[in-house]
Amino acid sequence: MQWYWLPEYLPAFAEGLWLTVQLLTLAIVFGMALAVPIGLVQVTGPLPLAWLARGFCTVIRGTPLLIQLWLIYYGLGSLFPFVPAIRESFLWPILRDAFPYAVFAFTLSVAGYEGEVMRGAFRGVPKGELEAARALGMSPFQVLRRVWLPRALQNVFPTLAGEFILTLKATPLAATITVFEVYGIGTIVRQETFRIYEPLLFVAAIYLVLTGILILFFRWMESRMPRRRA
Amino acid sequence: MPTDDATATPAIEVRDLHKSFGDLEVLKGVSMTARDGDVVTLIGASGSGKSTFLRCINMLDQPSAGEIVLAGEALSMKPGKGGLVATDRKQLERFRARLGMVFQQFNLWQHMTVLQNVVEGPIQILKVPKAQARERAEALLNRVGLWDKRDQYPAFLSGGQQQRAAIARALAMEPRVMLFDEPTSALDPELVGEVLRVIRSLAEEGRTMILVTHEMRFARDVSSEVMFLRNGLVDERGAPDQVFDAPESEHCRRFVQSVH
Repeated sequence: MQWYWLPEYLPAFAEGLWLTVQLLTLAIVFGMALAVPIGLVQVTGPLPLAWLARGFCTVIRGTPLLIQLWLIYYGLGSLFPFVPAIRESFLWPILRDAFPYAVFAFTLSVAGYEGEVMRGAFRGVPKGELEAARALGMSPFQVLRRVWLPRALQNVFPTLAGEFILTLKATPLAATITVFEVYGIGTIVRQETFRIYEPLLFVAAIYLVLTGILILFFRWMESRMPRRRA
Repeated sequence: MPTDDATATPAIEVRDLHKSFGDLEVLKGVSMTARDGDVVTLIGASGSGKSTFLRCINMLDQPSAGEIVLAGEALSMKPGKGGLVATDRKQLERFRARLGMVFQQFNLWQHMTVLQNVVEGPIQILKVPKAQARERAEALLNRVGLWDKRDQYPAFLSGGQQQRAAIARALAMEPRVMLFDEPTSALDPELVGEVLRVIRSLAEEGRTMILVTHEMRFARDVSSEVMFLRNGLVDERGAPDQVFDAPESEHCRRFVQSVH
């Protein structure tokens, strides 16, 4: 094993790490913002919206993330330059970059998987607790914000935490569309130094540490939640 | 105290309430009037429609016909999916805020402490300042004997304690009328007494209450009027002494004897 290259590439890995963290965080935040309504409409209706949400989840969960990523970047992304309105708009610098496409694809993925989780979570909240909220005079939105959503999230938090960790470990796929996150940097090191295993081991170690940090973070969040009797 | 003035506006009036679940008509025209301070108790066999009647009063179940008048104000309703629905959501929410409901299964919010459960309604719905809501909630919890449990989560309380907390939660809204839906039916026998004591104290301070219960002795003690429901109709109604000791209805007589 030879690690002489490591000091030289550490700054690059730091940048890659920052990209990984951003990609994961944005995907979780935006993805959950979509997952909540996607889960909710499947329980409350109206029926056409429920079907739409159902179909979305099926498509996202039924196709490889790698293919979604490529369709979005090489497909959607290659159409935009042909639309002058987009090329001339202030959004162009963003749309020219690969990173937003990665965020978009991972957001859809989180929305699809976690939308399904949230569907079960909303359904699992005891009806009586929702009735109690309504009987007190809460508006439908208040019931959702104060009782239904927090109760649902509390129930599935461990599941969500596990899913987010899986999402972290899917982020190397972004390297295939030129987003040089941690794994992407690793491939650069490989190409430039012809060392195969050391960069891979180093990259794996970074993900292991990230996963450990995430597990600790989620465990800490869980410990702050109301405990249920065993 | 019940007013003697027959012309005073009743606290709540329900007129000719009907309710069907599909083809099954569970309420076939039930009316009820409670003046301020009245305790109206509904008794009857399972399936007689008494719980459904109570749940229709605050529209947790949708009636198919009838009128609900709270303190002289009629709830505006129109035909909708599954029965009548409120025309004006805001009015319905206002009505519900003034009707304190206590459920058989307590239905405390499991993600909130006892105190949070009690302050939730006043803060979120009545927009009471937090400090004031908390002060009042603590007083109510003290009253139902749960002040020292205020920071516990409901899952760690006994059924009796949960139900007393649920009563405090309903009282915190300062409702005009309290609705009790079999408040002791889900409790272990040794926990029934502590809940009934709280309800009795509310009756004694002159709260208007509609109560569905199987506790006949208790019903007899606290009620100003008892309604015996059978197959979706009022089969017998009157003062407790009359309903329990000298009912006109043969069914009522048999029911009262069987559960005594």
